[in-house]
Amino acid sequence: MGSDKPLVDIQNLTFRRGDRVIYQDMSMQFARGKVTAIMGPSGIGKTTLLRLIGGQLKPDEGRILFEGEDIPRLSRSKLYRARQKMSMLFQSGALFSEMSVYDNVAFPIREHTKLPEEIIRLMVLMKLEAVGLRGARDLMPSELSGGMARRAALARSIALDPELVMYDEPFAGQDPISMGVIVRLIRSLNDALGLTSIVVSHDVDEVMSIADYVYVVADKRVIGHGTPEQLRQHESPLVQQFLRGEADGPVPFHFRAANYGDELMELTR
Amino acid sequence: MLNKIQQIGANTLAIFSGLGRATMMLFGALFGRPRPIKAWPLYIKQLYVVGVQSLLIIVVSGLFIGMVLALQGYTVLAKFGAEQMLGPLVALSLLRELGPVVTALLFAGRAGSALTAEIGLMKATEQLSSMEMMAVDPLRRVVAPRFWAGVISMPLLALIFNAVGILGGHLVGVDWLGVDGGGYWSAMQANVDFQQDVLNGVIKSFVFAFIVTLIALHKGYDAIPTSEGISAATTQTVVTSSLAVLGFDFVLTAVMFGG
Repeated sequence: MGSDKPLVDIQNLTFRRGDRVIYQDMSMQFARGKVTAIMGPSGIGKTTLLRLIGGQLKPDEGRILFEGEDIPRLSRSKLYRARQKMSMLFQSGALFSEMSVYDNVAFPIREHTKLPEEIIRLMVLMKLEAVGLRGARDLMPSELSGGMARRAALARSIALDPELVMYDEPFAGQDPISMGVIVRLIRSLNDALGLTSIVVSHDVDEVMSIADYVYVVADKRVIGHGTPEQLRQHESPLVQQFLRGEADGPVPFHFRAANYGDELMELTR
Repeated sequence: MLNKIQQIGANTLAIFSGLGRATMMLFGALFGRPRPIKAWPLYIKQLYVVGVQSLLIIVVSGLFIGMVLALQGYTVLAKFGAEQMLGPLVALSLLRELGPVVTALLFAGRAGSALTAEIGLMKATEQLSSMEMMAVDPLRRVVAPRFWAGVISMPLLALIFNAVGILGGHLVGVDWLGVDGGGYWSAMQANVDFQQDVLNGVIKSFVFAFIVTLIALHKGYDAIPTSEGISAATTQTVVTSSLAVLGFDFVLTAVMFGG
């Protein structure tokens, strides 16, 4: 297995929802051991992309290679085997609400291994310690703050030491402190465990601070990619508007509408 | 006019595609990699949640329905001097008809709606998706135990409903209205056939259990993952399964007792 080959390789991906084209002939590579970010305005289907990589959705055209295997064409059992090597941190955390934090983290280990409970306990405590929630192991998900829930979900997603962790908007709705914690965790877990991370987000500063490589997606395709430094120098006005958070630019402030003057005149008529 | 025809067509298609999805779900849940040892606690837990926790409403309803049956039956039977037939009247009404049907309707309202809401909410909070991403099949982990719990517990609940109803009938008929106690039981024994009445009632109950549980699980699994979607799905579970139970009851009754 060559380490220079990307872990995930998306080739000429086209995906439609009904008549709406979400992605048109898009290609991306996610290098092993790196944190790669996907940024873009909301509503362009960034989460969809993660679901495509995870095999929950099937593309209309193109290939999605994970360790050289084309995910959409795998049989069900092979897909499930591939999924054991990847994990996804959902925006909501998606902790199982009827289980404690401990049982949530133990869940994938219990499902996929036959390890005795003592070893599972060690593994769970190690993962919880890594995210700073060892003391919260007996709490139920409803008793956790948003930031803690996400960290608990992070502990669960690394429970089986996956190769790939996908983060779906990990910073959304977090206060500055827990945002800082999660930013640091993503980077440190990636380096300490030798993971490959894909971070989907539109929090520009946080993403630029931890990503090794960034793709900016808009308008059904990649509009710019490179290291954070390269992107800051990018010539595309759309990329610049996104990175600087300007209200108006290539992406208009106004949703498309009839002429404003005409509509006002209609009222007075 | 054309719009209406189009609407009918669309609705029919929706019904059939819903049936298709429900069948797919059922097959996915029942025919996969079985892991009885690991899954055992899940089944026990669901039997408790779906079955045992429905017990109270079943017992109370059974008692009152048996009492009302005796009270109503007595007034009619007394006119013809046939009070001693109160036992068979109560028992046959319950065993053949009211036991399976009312249990199924109550079950749809108590357990079916809860199953739909639970699974719908698990879907809305991405718990099912995250399970899938952890390479755990939610059909086998979440849907299958609930399905079997429903199918196993409803016939048992119906039997309990019948037993309590017959006791309720005894309470009103014998202890209150003064029908002869020995006559109540012996006439019942003489007129109730095990295969024709008891067994057919249990078969009915199995069919209803299958229908109600499948509808409840499917509506939850197929719910639009928003609060409106889940509320609509819960309502649909109760309405659809109640109507389906009544419809199937007619068909089954016609086949079993019709001629």
